[in-house]
Amino acid sequence: MSESILHMDNIEKHFGNVIALNGVSFDVKPGECHCLLGDNGAGKSTFIKTMSGVYRPSQGQIYMGGKPVQFGSPRDAMAAGIACVYQDLAMIPLMSVARNFFMGREPTKGKFLWKRFDTEHADEITMTEMKKMGINLRSADQAVGTLSGGERQTVAIARAVYFGAKVLILDEPTSALGVRQTSNVLATIDKVREQGVGVVFISHNVRHALAVGDRFTVLNRGQTLGTAARGEITSDELQDLMAGGQELAQLEGSLGGTI
Amino acid sequence: MSLENDSTVDERLKEESRVARLMKRPELGAVAGALLVAIFFMFTADGSMFTLSGIINILSPAAQLGILAIAAALLMIGGEFDLSIGSMVAFAGLVFGFCVVNFDLPLILAIPITLIFCAGVGAVNGQIVLRTGLPSFIVTLAFLFILRGLSLVGLKAATGGSTQLRGVRDAVEGDPLAPFFSGDAFQGFFQWAASMGWIDTFRSGLPKVPGIPVEIIWFIVLAGVATYVLLKTPAGNWIFAAGGDKTAASNSGVPVRKVKIALFMLTASCAALLAITQVLDAGSTDARRGFMKEFEAIIAAVIGGCLLTGGYGSAIGAFFGSIIFGMVVIGLTYTNIDQDWFQVFLGSMLLLAVIFNNAIRKRVTGER
Ligand SMILES: Nc1ncnc2c1ncn2[C@@H]1O[C@H](COP(=O)(O)OP(=O)(O)OP(=O)(O)O)[C@@H](O)[C@H]1O
Ligand SMILES: [Mg+2]
Repeated sequence: MSESILHMDNIEKHFGNVIALNGVSFDVKPGECHCLLGDNGAGKSTFIKTMSGVYRPSQGQIYMGGKPVQFGSPRDAMAAGIACVYQDLAMIPLMSVARNFFMGREPTKGKFLWKRFDTEHADEITMTEMKKMGINLRSADQAVGTLSGGERQTVAIARAVYFGAKVLILDEPTSALGVRQTSNVLATIDKVREQGVGVVFISHNVRHALAVGDRFTVLNRGQTLGTAARGEITSDELQDLMAGGQELAQLEGSLGGTI
Repeated sequence: MSLENDSTVDERLKEESRVARLMKRPELGAVAGALLVAIFFMFTADGSMFTLSGIINILSPAAQLGILAIAAALLMIGGEFDLSIGSMVAFAGLVFGFCVVNFDLPLILAIPITLIFCAGVGAVNGQIVLRTGLPSFIVTLAFLFILRGLSLVGLKAATGGSTQLRGVRDAVEGDPLAPFFSGDAFQGFFQWAASMGWIDTFRSGLPKVPGIPVEIIWFIVLAGVATYVLLKTPAGNWIFAAGGDKTAASNSGVPVRKVKIALFMLTASCAALLAITQVLDAGSTDARRGFMKEFEAIIAAVIGGCLLTGGYGSAIGAFFGSIIFGMVVIGLTYTNIDQDWFQVFLGSMLLLAVIFNNAIRKRVTGER
């Protein structure tokens, strides 16, 4: 396929003397879903936070469209076209769905001193975008705190999708969802991908990843264990890689292969 | 059984009534409280409390507190406190008095200098809070003492030993800007209304209320602008977001640091504005000005629906909180009740408001 939109080269990230990432390379092409897999604490969240401008890499370089870039803040990364749905969702429970939806990117109307937050427009878009994702809001000024965990996830995804990024990063979007909402999210990922957006899908659920992924990269203790394309790798092999090769194999005997 | 899912209606959603929605407004408590207090005084106070001059009497202290309280409310919604605003009033008074009396500057220079200087101190407050990550409560508590002390020392230096700087009135005599910051507004209208017999007059024919004290105008304008900014501008959304969860906000692209610094500058500027009007009205400045006002302002903001944890509240609530304050301060003088009950009242209102707000917040977030 075509050239990658985003390329992360040999990224390292240290927190004091904790080495969270130790030379990770990764790239996303337009219209593909690249899954980043790894166990708890593997460094997935840290990696995508360097991708989206929250952290600066201690070492390594980020390229967008072939050019080296540096993100000083999430705002910079967003301006460059990287949208991120964090594991912690970046939502404020006391604020309304619409205010959360447009947080930091409020639509305005009017000029100069009368340039104001177009709340009606914001409410309207929020309602329609949420409906597209299969969620009927009572009203757009319902507080996010009143939504279920899955509904919140959907708001966060709908928001990222709506702001039409070139790269959409989803940090474990399905881990808190029920069956129906999971399949909704996976279907959305598919739609987003068809529009030519590069999706980075973080998960430790191999089934979810295999359902939509085009390529799979496994992270373990801050390092990549390699990248495989769809069809080149089986669920079991991925599972083993994620666990670092051995431990799971031993466990599997006693659990009768239920994981 | 059909598994078909009609996506337009969801049987679990009940239409929310208008009343139920109103019940969730943060300023509900303050409005209800203001009504209750008004009713209380209608029964206990002398009838003259609710005449035009009585109402102006109430609004004056309400406005003086409200100018601080509205700014304090915005800052609280933004997730921070400023305990230094009371001392800032004295400090701004010193800067302003010094400009006007010692340097003989016209108001067109003295006012901006005072505002900018105080906003600068506010920015320092904010920078320290953000850089150190310490609670703003502690940092601004330090400034409460620092600014009060500087005001005392500075005034003594400026006057050669006194903690009062006089001579402001003479210094600003005839200044074209003075009417915007002192005295009464709309005097012509009130005279006209008196001549038409619409309002009470003295025997000489002059109206008993010569006009609306300008600080009341500032108070109302500030409440309007603050409410508009909060509810109808992107900046308002950023204030709620910054106070609600600063990591989530900055991850979503909200310039949290800028918002917070701007809010600290705003509280300091509002303290300076209050100082300017007070100094011009009194004709002198005093190191004791604004004493304890930071607490009253925070109480008014809390009565107005602000949560101590940030991210929730309203400017119009702080407006009504200040009016409650004015009604009680002045109202007690119209009754036979010992005025020293005032503090008891203030404390009880605070407690009630906090309990009430907590309940409201649980409603808003669906008791999660
Ligand atoms: N701010 C930080 N300071 C110090 N150490 C950190 C920080 N953030 C992450 N780490 C460490 O870096 C490692 C990787 O964490 P990270 O959150 O990226 O894991 P993850 O792969 O997202 O795990 P999970 O699947 O549980 O979300 C962990 O050991 C964690 O303790
Ligand atoms: Mg994680």
